[in-house]
Amino acid sequence: MSRPIPGFRLSLGIVVAWLSLLVLIPLAGLFLKASSLPPSRLWEVLSSSRTISAFRVSFGCAAMAAGINAVVGPVVAWTLVRYTFPGRRILDALIDIPFALPTAVAGITLTTLYATNGWVGRLLDPLGIQVSYTLKGIVVALVFVGLPFVIRTVQPVLEEFPAEAEEAAALLGASRLQTILKVILPSMAPAILTGALLSFARCVGEYGSVVFIAGNMPGKTEILPLLIITHLEEFQYGEATAIASAMLVLSFGLLLLGNRMQARLGKGWTR
Amino acid sequence: MRAGAKRIQNDPWWLRAGAIGFTLLFLGIAVLLPLTAVFVEAFSKGVSGWWAAVSDPDTVSAVKMTLLAALGAVPLNTAFGVAAAWLVTKHRFPGRHVLVSLIDLPFSVSPVIAGLVFVLLFGAQGTFGPWLLAHDIHILFAWPSLILATAFVTFPFVARELIPVMEEMGTQNEEAAVMLGAGGWTVFRKITLPGIRWGLLYGVILCNARAMGEFGAVSVVSGHIRGETNTLPLQAEILYNDYNFTGAFAVASLLTLLAGATVVLKLWLERKIAR
Repeated sequence: MSRPIPGFRLSLGIVVAWLSLLVLIPLAGLFLKASSLPPSRLWEVLSSSRTISAFRVSFGCAAMAAGINAVVGPVVAWTLVRYTFPGRRILDALIDIPFALPTAVAGITLTTLYATNGWVGRLLDPLGIQVSYTLKGIVVALVFVGLPFVIRTVQPVLEEFPAEAEEAAALLGASRLQTILKVILPSMAPAILTGALLSFARCVGEYGSVVFIAGNMPGKTEILPLLIITHLEEFQYGEATAIASAMLVLSFGLLLLGNRMQARLGKGWTR
Repeated sequence: MRAGAKRIQNDPWWLRAGAIGFTLLFLGIAVLLPLTAVFVEAFSKGVSGWWAAVSDPDTVSAVKMTLLAALGAVPLNTAFGVAAAWLVTKHRFPGRHVLVSLIDLPFSVSPVIAGLVFVLLFGAQGTFGPWLLAHDIHILFAWPSLILATAFVTFPFVARELIPVMEEMGTQNEEAAVMLGAGGWTVFRKITLPGIRWGLLYGVILCNARAMGEFGAVSVVSGHIRGETNTLPLQAEILYNDYNFTGAFAVASLLTLLAGATVVLKLWLERKIAR
């Protein structure tokens, strides 16, 4: 028998220490602080119309952005994997820009582009569409931030999709479109869902890219992270903590649910 | 395996043209346009206007703070990432999967909450606040909290990249080396490290890009003291809110160059790894 590889205790020590000190203990402190609030106070904070609206804006816009990316992402991934055309490699590289670009830069740039005198806003304004300082602006920013997730999870699956399955479908008389919609798309579904979930998780808590374009009207376009900061700046630590804990619980719960759905979806199609 | 010519011919021309057209249009508006806008705005008062903003003492101080935050957080998370990947790929133990999920946890925590947890610990009303105050130790609104908040948000990056790479390598080579009498450190340096170096560099680069560009977490803990605790993204925010758009976009252009360099390095590494 082989001897075990050394370094178990050392690496376990480093990992547990750094994980606890930096992540687990501070997060536990957050929940401890929230639980020290009287339940009536907790309820008062969480059920205020301003808080509920912020929950709706953050979770709603993140879901909408994830949905848009779940539709657009597979088309972009398909194009980049299946077709060769001039500029394809550059487009492929551009997909990573939202990952690498600091969110504050995305925020001020998108706000400037979509303001009524901006390059894009100028075109939309005569149509009566206002993007900056509205919910639409939040969704635009979140689509940008979440853009790479679906594309980057679908691409490798599409690359490895067996040619035999497509050939079989064609031999059995399926049209090309039928093959794409009924054979290829269903096997992409788990990857699309994974990407959409990653995008959603990232977008729910997103701050930098949203805060400039949102307009930040309490009860209308105010996102949760901003509400937390507002409470902090007024030294209302209890309120900030209560909202942050509820937000974490809700997003962890949704992600868990998503993972379950995805496990079921994966099973259903890889019979 | 790449799509062969036969499969491409299978697609009707309108599907092909439609998909390529849509992708060009979407990525053009969503990504290329904002990138262009950053530089057009940054140079709207010419190169001298850009240089004036970039060489402003507050901006120079922000560059230093950004470098400091990254220099503090990235090496710590790199060491952690290597240890974590070594632990979960070379050893089997109960709770391994839970540990992997816990490592990914900061990905789904809002950066603002990442900042808030340190305010609760080190703020004047926080757990350690009074003690720190009595001993005149400054963590919040000073560089230590910038490093902590940055380390929190970039926590999973290196581990996340390394775990699949080391998983794929397996453990046979390490086991053989141990059988032949090599010590743990030698095994890591001579056997593991050569196989993971590009993956490691890849993780470090992504970690660094996020560390230098972090906004929400740093915004909560920095206190926004100009010329002292502002990082580059915070400096861009302050200038923007002052209606100094040329200045804000000049700072933004520096960060965009960083993002561009990150993407180029990433592509280069991906080609190395594929080989």
